[in-house]
Amino acid sequence: MDLKLGHYNKDGIEVVDVEGEIDVYTAPRLRELLIDLVNKNNYQLVVNMEKVEFLDSTGLGVLVGGLKRVRAHDGSLDLVCTQERILKIFRITGLTKVFGIHDTVDLAIAARKSEK
Amino acid sequence: MATVEVAFTPLPAHVRTARLVATAVARRSGVEEALLDEVRLAVGEACSRAVEAHRRHCPAEPVRIEMSDLGERFEVVVRDAVPSAPSAQPGHLAADEHVSSNGAARTIATDNGVSFPAGFGLAVISGLADDVRISATGSGVSVRMSWPAAVGAQALAVLAFSRRAPVTPAHHHDYD
Repeated sequence: MDLKLGHYNKDGIEVVDVEGEIDVYTAPRLRELLIDLVNKNNYQLVVNMEKVEFLDSTGLGVLVGGLKRVRAHDGSLDLVCTQERILKIFRITGLTKVFGIHDTVDLAIAARKSEK
Repeated sequence: MATVEVAFTPLPAHVRTARLVATAVARRSGVEEALLDEVRLAVGEACSRAVEAHRRHCPAEPVRIEMSDLGERFEVVVRDAVPSAPSAQPGHLAADEHVSSNGAARTIATDNGVSFPAGFGLAVISGLADDVRISATGSGVSVRMSWPAAVGAQALAVLAFSRRAPVTPAHHHDYD
């Protein structure tokens, strides 16, 4: 499978685990999941990208779309990513300024909680 | 002829195929391991762009990609068959991807419903390859990208191989 998705709730925040490649072919599935989560009133999301092997602009678009959706409900979408190869595309596009990017899921959750 | 040429049905599923092949040819051409991620990403962006253009305008036509070991450079050209309007600027492609008259880029509503400004994928590409040239003509758009490669890596390999009796090549899996 090119893309594996899972999600669980931790401390009231919905964590989405993404594994594999997010590209023009697989990104729609991640998009559907994010939409589904928001429709079920999950407005605080953390997307764990540590097992993502590839991310392109389509994937970025899905993440930006998810961010816009949760922000419409005063929510948040944070990312977990330490992989330089993935961070590179965020840097090139300037999206490091748009997303909170953290080293671990726990740090992402803590950062979000401390803002409340 | 290019070192390797691939024509593929314009389906999103095959963009990965093109990425895999381009990365494999880049590696054989002597592109540094550290640059292969950039090759993979840039080729993926160019192919995704071409696939979306074909799906809108000519879904029966294949997208073509040529990969060439040019000694000191490894070059990839991705060609689509979607003619540009005569007033198109290179980098502002097919008729529905034009920059509008007030200079603001039109957005494209993509399949996934998220709009990025037209040319976003190309902006990503130009951040990844130090040499990018885009040509928009009446027969289609070509995106040409190149990276530095180790000189003679391929030549030495061919020379060494040709001096031996044919052997079964060791299995080497090129994963994305």
